Amino acid sequence: MDVNKDFIPEFPGDVYKDETGKTSFIVTSVDSIANWARSNSLWPLSFGTSCCAIELMSTVSAKYDWSRFGFEVMRASPRQCDLIVVAGTITYKMAPVLKRLYNQMPEPRYVIAMGACAISGGPFFYNSYSVVKGVDNVIPVDVYIPGCPPRPEALIHGMMTLQEKIKASKAYVIEKKPEDNDSM
Amino acid sequence: MNKQELKTYLEQTFPAAKVEETFDFPLMFVDKSELLDVAQKLKDSKETLFDFLFCETAIDRNPSFEVVFHLSSTTYHHDMMLKVVLEDRNNPELPSVYSLWKAAELYENEIFDLFGIRFTGHPNLRRIMLGDEWPGFPLRKDYKDDVNVVTL
Repeated sequence: MDVNKDFIPEFPGDVYKDETGKTSFIVTSVDSIANWARSNSLWPLSFGTSCCAIELMSTVSAKYDWSRFGFEVMRASPRQCDLIVVAGTITYKMAPVLKRLYNQMPEPRYVIAMGACAISGGPFFYNSYSVVKGVDNVIPVDVYIPGCPPRPEALIHGMMTLQEKIKASKAYVIEKKPEDNDSM
Repeated sequence: MNKQELKTYLEQTFPAAKVEETFDFPLMFVDKSELLDVAQKLKDSKETLFDFLFCETAIDRNPSFEVVFHLSSTTYHHDMMLKVVLEDRNNPELPSVYSLWKAAELYENEIFDLFGIRFTGHPNLRRIMLGDEWPGFPLRKDYKDDVNVVTL
Protein backbone atom coordinates (compact mmCIF):
# COMPACT_ATOMS: atom_id res chain seq x y z
CA MET A 1 0.00 0.00 0.00
CA ASP A 2 1.34 3.39 -0.93
CA VAL A 3 1.48 6.36 1.37
CA ASN A 4 1.45 9.93 0.11
CA LYS A 5 2.75 13.10 1.69
CA ASP A 6 -0.03 15.20 3.19
CA PHE A 7 0.07 18.91 3.90
CA ILE A 8 -0.81 20.44 7.28
CA PRO A 9 -0.12 24.18 7.60
CA GLU A 10 2.69 25.16 9.98
CA PHE A 11 3.32 21.60 11.13
CA PRO A 12 7.07 21.13 11.71
CA GLY A 13 7.61 17.84 9.90
CA ASP A 14 6.22 15.53 7.23
CA VAL A 15 2.81 13.86 7.39
CA TYR A 16 2.09 10.70 5.38
CA LYS A 17 -1.27 9.05 4.65
CA ASP A 18 -2.55 6.24 2.47
CA GLU A 19 -5.75 6.34 0.38
CA THR A 20 -7.92 4.62 2.98
CA GLY A 21 -6.87 6.98 5.77
CA LYS A 22 -6.29 4.02 8.09
CA THR A 23 -2.51 4.25 7.94
CA SER A 24 -0.79 7.52 8.73
CA PHE A 25 2.42 8.61 10.33
CA ILE A 26 4.59 11.66 10.84
CA VAL A 27 8.30 12.20 10.54
CA THR A 28 9.74 14.97 12.64
CA SER A 29 12.20 15.65 15.44
CA VAL A 30 11.38 15.64 19.14
CA ASP A 31 12.56 19.23 19.50
CA SER A 32 10.42 20.66 16.75
CA ILE A 33 7.20 18.87 17.66
CA ALA A 34 7.55 19.61 21.38
CA ASN A 35 8.31 23.25 20.67
CA TRP A 36 5.44 23.41 18.21
CA ALA A 37 3.07 22.18 20.90
CA ARG A 38 4.50 24.40 23.62
CA SER A 39 4.60 27.61 21.62
CA ASN A 40 1.02 27.26 20.41
CA SER A 41 -0.50 26.58 23.78
CA LEU A 42 0.91 29.08 26.24
CA TRP A 43 -1.24 29.57 29.30
CA PRO A 44 -0.55 32.94 30.90
CA LEU A 45 -0.99 33.68 34.57
CA SER A 46 -3.53 36.40 35.26
CA PHE A 47 -1.06 38.72 36.94
CA GLY A 48 -1.18 42.49 36.62
CA THR A 49 0.07 45.10 39.03
CA SER A 50 -0.85 48.41 37.39
CA CYS A 51 -1.94 50.18 34.21
CA CYS A 52 -0.23 47.71 31.83
CA ALA A 53 -2.75 45.18 33.13
CA ILE A 54 -5.51 47.22 31.48
CA GLU A 55 -3.83 46.81 28.09
CA LEU A 56 -3.31 43.15 28.93
CA MET A 57 -7.03 42.74 29.62
CA SER A 58 -7.81 44.52 26.39
CA THR A 59 -5.54 42.11 24.52
CA VAL A 60 -7.27 39.13 26.10
CA SER A 61 -10.78 40.36 25.35
CA ALA A 62 -12.79 40.20 22.14
CA LYS A 63 -11.33 43.11 20.19
CA TYR A 64 -7.71 41.89 20.08
CA ASP A 65 -8.31 38.30 21.23
CA TRP A 66 -4.89 36.73 21.73
CA SER A 67 -6.48 33.27 21.67
CA ARG A 68 -6.08 33.58 17.89
CA PHE A 69 -2.34 33.10 18.37
CA GLY A 70 -2.59 30.22 20.82
CA PHE A 71 -2.33 31.96 24.17
CA GLU A 72 -5.74 30.68 25.15
CA VAL A 73 -7.15 31.02 28.62
CA MET A 74 -5.63 32.91 31.49
CA ARG A 75 -5.22 30.85 34.62
CA ALA A 76 -5.50 32.12 38.16
CA SER A 77 -3.17 29.45 39.57
CA PRO A 78 0.56 29.43 38.78
CA ARG A 79 0.48 25.61 38.85
CA GLN A 80 -1.45 25.61 35.59
CA CYS A 81 0.60 28.28 33.81
CA ASP A 82 3.73 28.33 31.72
CA LEU A 83 3.88 32.06 31.02
CA ILE A 84 3.86 35.06 33.30
CA VAL A 85 3.35 38.51 31.81
CA VAL A 86 4.69 41.01 34.33
CA ALA A 87 2.33 43.87 33.57
CA GLY A 88 3.14 46.77 35.84
CA THR A 89 5.32 48.18 38.57
CA ILE A 90 6.94 45.71 40.95
CA THR A 91 7.56 47.07 44.42
CA TYR A 92 9.87 45.61 47.03
CA LYS A 93 6.82 44.27 48.81
CA MET A 94 5.54 42.55 45.66
CA ALA A 95 8.93 41.12 44.59
CA PRO A 96 8.95 38.08 46.95
CA VAL A 97 5.37 37.29 45.88
CA LEU A 98 6.36 37.40 42.21
CA LYS A 99 9.38 35.21 42.91
CA ARG A 100 7.18 32.68 44.68
CA LEU A 101 4.64 32.67 41.83
CA TYR A 102 7.45 32.07 39.36
CA ASN A 103 8.84 29.21 41.44
CA GLN A 104 5.39 27.61 41.61
CA MET A 105 5.03 27.45 37.84
CA PRO A 106 5.90 24.10 36.21
CA GLU A 107 8.78 24.07 33.71
CA PRO A 108 9.21 25.06 30.94
CA ARG A 109 8.20 28.53 32.02
CA TYR A 110 8.55 31.86 30.30
CA VAL A 111 8.49 35.49 31.44
CA ILE A 112 7.53 38.60 29.51
CA ALA A 113 8.40 42.00 30.97
CA MET A 114 5.68 44.31 29.70
CA GLY A 115 6.12 48.07 29.82
CA ALA A 116 8.68 50.51 31.18
CA CYS A 117 8.07 49.66 34.85
CA ALA A 118 8.76 45.95 34.42
CA ILE A 119 11.81 46.67 32.26
CA SER A 120 13.55 49.36 34.30
CA GLY A 121 11.37 50.62 37.13
CA GLY A 122 9.32 52.96 35.00
CA PRO A 123 9.42 56.46 33.62
CA PHE A 124 8.00 57.95 36.82
CA PHE A 125 8.78 55.63 39.70
CA TYR A 126 12.43 54.74 39.14
CA ASN A 127 13.63 57.28 41.69
CA SER A 128 11.66 55.79 44.53
CA TYR A 129 12.47 53.95 47.71
CA SER A 130 9.87 51.27 47.02
CA VAL A 131 10.19 50.26 43.34
CA VAL A 132 12.29 47.39 41.95
CA LYS A 133 14.34 48.71 39.03
CA GLY A 134 13.47 46.09 36.47
CA VAL A 135 11.81 42.74 37.02
CA ASP A 136 14.93 40.97 35.72
CA ASN A 137 16.45 41.66 39.13
CA VAL A 138 13.93 39.15 40.51
CA ILE A 139 13.21 36.57 37.80
CA PRO A 140 14.78 35.81 34.39
CA VAL A 141 13.01 37.53 31.48
CA ASP A 142 12.57 36.14 27.95
CA VAL A 143 11.00 39.05 26.08
CA TYR A 144 10.93 42.78 26.86
CA ILE A 145 8.11 44.93 25.48
CA PRO A 146 8.80 48.67 25.72
CA GLY A 147 6.02 51.23 26.07
CA CYS A 148 4.07 53.02 28.74
CA PRO A 149 1.88 51.10 28.48
CA PRO A 150 2.50 49.11 25.27
CA ARG A 151 -0.47 48.91 22.93
CA PRO A 152 -2.17 45.52 22.50
CA GLU A 153 -0.50 45.17 19.09
CA ALA A 154 2.88 45.52 20.78
CA LEU A 155 1.96 42.90 23.36
CA ILE A 156 0.83 40.50 20.63
CA HIS A 157 4.08 41.16 18.79
CA GLY A 158 6.01 40.40 21.98
CA MET A 159 4.07 37.18 22.50
CA MET A 160 4.74 36.09 18.93
CA THR A 161 8.42 36.88 19.43
CA LEU A 162 8.31 34.58 22.43
CA GLN A 163 6.75 31.88 20.25
CA GLU A 164 9.61 32.23 17.78
CA LYS A 165 12.08 32.02 20.62
CA ILE A 166 10.47 28.83 21.92
CA LYS A 167 10.46 27.30 18.43
CA ALA A 168 14.19 27.98 18.10
CA SER A 169 15.08 26.53 21.49
CA LYS A 170 16.09 23.04 22.58
CA ALA A 171 13.02 21.28 23.91
CA TYR A 172 14.77 18.77 26.14
CA VAL A 173 18.07 19.55 27.77
CA ILE A 174 19.40 16.58 29.68
CA GLU A 175 21.99 17.58 32.20
CA LYS A 176 24.75 15.01 32.44
CA LYS A 177 26.50 14.24 35.66
CA PRO A 178 30.28 14.87 35.76
CA GLU A 179 31.15 11.12 36.03
CA ASP A 180 29.28 10.37 32.77
CA ASN A 181 31.56 12.75 30.96
CA ASP A 182 34.64 11.00 32.31
CA SER A 183 33.64 7.59 30.96
CA MET A 184 33.00 8.94 27.49
CA MET B 1 -23.67 75.66 57.20
CA ASN B 2 -21.69 77.25 54.43
CA LYS B 3 -17.99 77.93 54.67
CA GLN B 4 -18.27 81.37 56.23
CA GLU B 5 -20.92 80.34 58.76
CA LEU B 6 -18.90 77.30 59.73
CA LYS B 7 -15.79 79.40 60.26
CA THR B 8 -17.68 81.84 62.50
CA TYR B 9 -19.24 78.95 64.39
CA LEU B 10 -15.82 77.36 65.02
CA GLU B 11 -14.35 80.65 66.20
CA GLN B 12 -17.17 81.12 68.68
CA THR B 13 -17.35 77.54 69.92
CA PHE B 14 -13.61 76.96 70.32
CA PRO B 15 -12.15 80.34 71.32
CA ALA B 16 -8.82 78.76 72.30
CA ALA B 17 -8.21 77.32 68.85
CA LYS B 18 -6.81 79.17 65.86
CA VAL B 19 -9.20 79.18 62.89
CA GLU B 20 -8.03 80.00 59.38
CA GLU B 21 -9.65 80.22 56.03
CA THR B 22 -8.23 78.19 53.15
CA PHE B 23 -9.31 78.05 49.54
CA ASP B 24 -11.61 75.11 50.19
CA PHE B 25 -12.38 74.27 53.83
CA PRO B 26 -12.20 76.13 57.16
CA LEU B 27 -9.07 75.07 58.99
CA MET B 28 -8.73 74.77 62.75
CA PHE B 29 -5.54 74.14 64.73
CA VAL B 30 -5.98 72.27 68.00
CA ASP B 31 -3.55 71.22 70.67
CA LYS B 32 -2.96 67.49 70.84
CA SER B 33 -4.18 67.32 74.43
CA GLU B 34 -7.55 68.75 73.36
CA LEU B 35 -7.83 66.76 70.14
CA LEU B 36 -10.19 64.05 71.38
CA ASP B 37 -12.50 66.49 73.21
CA VAL B 38 -12.74 68.83 70.24
CA ALA B 39 -13.26 65.97 67.78
CA GLN B 40 -15.94 64.46 70.02
CA LYS B 41 -17.74 67.81 70.16
CA LEU B 42 -17.52 68.31 66.40
CA LYS B 43 -18.89 64.85 65.81
CA ASP B 44 -21.77 64.97 68.30
CA SER B 45 -23.00 68.55 68.45
CA LYS B 46 -26.28 69.17 66.62
CA GLU B 47 -24.89 72.12 64.64
CA THR B 48 -22.00 70.33 62.96
CA LEU B 49 -22.50 66.51 63.05
CA PHE B 50 -19.12 65.69 61.50
CA ASP B 51 -19.76 61.95 61.25
CA PHE B 52 -17.36 61.16 58.42
CA LEU B 53 -13.54 61.27 58.47
CA PHE B 54 -12.82 61.28 54.76
CA CYS B 55 -9.09 61.76 54.98
CA GLU B 56 -6.43 61.69 57.62
CA THR B 57 -2.86 62.39 56.69
CA ALA B 58 0.35 63.98 57.87
CA ILE B 59 2.79 66.61 56.66
CA ASP B 60 6.46 66.84 57.54
CA ARG B 61 7.22 70.54 58.11
CA ASN B 62 10.73 69.65 59.26
CA PRO B 63 11.30 69.76 62.19
CA SER B 64 7.61 69.64 63.23
CA PHE B 65 4.87 67.35 61.99
CA GLU B 66 1.27 68.24 61.20
CA VAL B 67 -1.48 65.64 61.32
CA VAL B 68 -4.47 66.68 59.23
CA PHE B 69 -8.04 65.45 59.69
CA HIS B 70 -10.55 66.12 56.93
CA LEU B 71 -14.04 65.94 58.34
CA SER B 72 -17.34 65.87 56.53
CA SER B 73 -20.99 65.73 57.56
CA THR B 74 -23.33 63.42 55.71
CA THR B 75 -26.29 65.36 57.13
CA TYR B 76 -25.28 68.96 56.35
CA HIS B 77 -22.72 68.31 53.60
CA HIS B 78 -20.17 70.70 55.00
CA ASP B 79 -16.48 69.97 55.45
CA MET B 80 -13.62 71.19 57.57
CA MET B 81 -9.97 70.56 58.30
CA LEU B 82 -8.49 69.92 61.70
CA LYS B 83 -4.75 70.14 62.29
CA VAL B 84 -2.55 69.06 65.13
CA VAL B 85 1.06 70.24 65.25
CA LEU B 86 3.60 67.85 66.80
CA GLU B 87 6.80 69.60 67.83
CA ASP B 88 8.70 66.60 69.20
CA ARG B 89 10.39 65.09 66.17
CA ASN B 90 12.08 62.21 67.99
CA ASN B 91 8.96 60.99 69.72
CA PRO B 92 5.87 62.10 67.74
CA GLU B 93 2.75 60.80 69.41
CA LEU B 94 -0.91 61.76 69.59
CA PRO B 95 -4.17 60.09 70.63
CA SER B 96 -5.93 57.96 68.02
CA VAL B 97 -9.36 59.05 66.81
CA TYR B 98 -10.30 55.43 66.10
CA SER B 99 -12.86 55.57 68.91
CA LEU B 100 -14.77 58.29 67.01
CA TRP B 101 -14.29 57.29 63.37
CA LYS B 102 -13.51 53.66 62.51
CA ALA B 103 -11.96 54.79 59.21
CA ALA B 104 -9.01 56.14 61.18
CA GLU B 105 -7.59 52.64 61.64
CA LEU B 106 -6.09 52.32 58.16
CA TYR B 107 -5.20 56.01 57.83
CA GLU B 108 -3.27 55.90 61.08
CA ASN B 109 -1.52 52.68 60.10
CA GLU B 110 -0.40 54.37 56.92
CA ILE B 111 0.80 57.52 58.72
CA PHE B 112 2.71 55.36 61.19
CA ASP B 113 4.24 53.40 58.33
CA LEU B 114 5.47 56.39 56.32
CA PHE B 115 6.05 59.09 58.98
CA GLY B 116 6.60 57.12 62.18
CA ILE B 117 3.95 59.02 64.12
CA ARG B 118 2.54 56.82 66.85
CA PHE B 119 -1.13 56.85 67.82
CA THR B 120 -2.02 55.93 71.38
CA GLY B 121 -5.19 53.89 71.71
CA HIS B 122 -4.99 52.53 68.16
CA PRO B 123 -6.20 48.89 68.10
CA ASN B 124 -3.45 47.48 65.83
CA LEU B 125 -0.68 49.89 64.92
CA ARG B 126 1.61 48.19 62.41
CA ARG B 127 3.57 48.75 59.20
CA ILE B 128 0.84 48.31 56.64
CA MET B 129 2.59 48.84 53.28
CA LEU B 130 6.30 48.46 53.80
CA GLY B 131 7.69 45.30 55.34
CA ASP B 132 8.17 44.87 59.07
CA GLU B 133 11.93 45.06 58.60
CA TRP B 134 11.92 48.39 56.77
CA PRO B 135 14.49 50.85 58.17
CA GLY B 136 13.26 54.40 58.73
CA PHE B 137 10.19 56.26 57.56
CA PRO B 138 10.31 57.15 53.83
CA LEU B 139 8.08 60.24 53.75
CA ARG B 140 10.12 62.10 56.36
CA LYS B 141 12.15 64.92 54.88
CA ASP B 142 15.37 63.62 56.44
CA TYR B 143 14.94 60.05 55.09
CA LYS B 144 18.08 58.87 53.34
CA ASP B 145 18.19 56.09 50.75
CA ASP B 146 21.51 56.06 48.94
CA VAL B 147 20.79 52.87 46.99
CA ASN B 148 17.45 53.56 45.35
CA VAL B 149 16.99 57.31 45.33
CA VAL B 150 19.13 59.67 43.28
CA THR B 151 19.24 63.09 44.90
CA LEU B 152 20.42 66.29 43.26
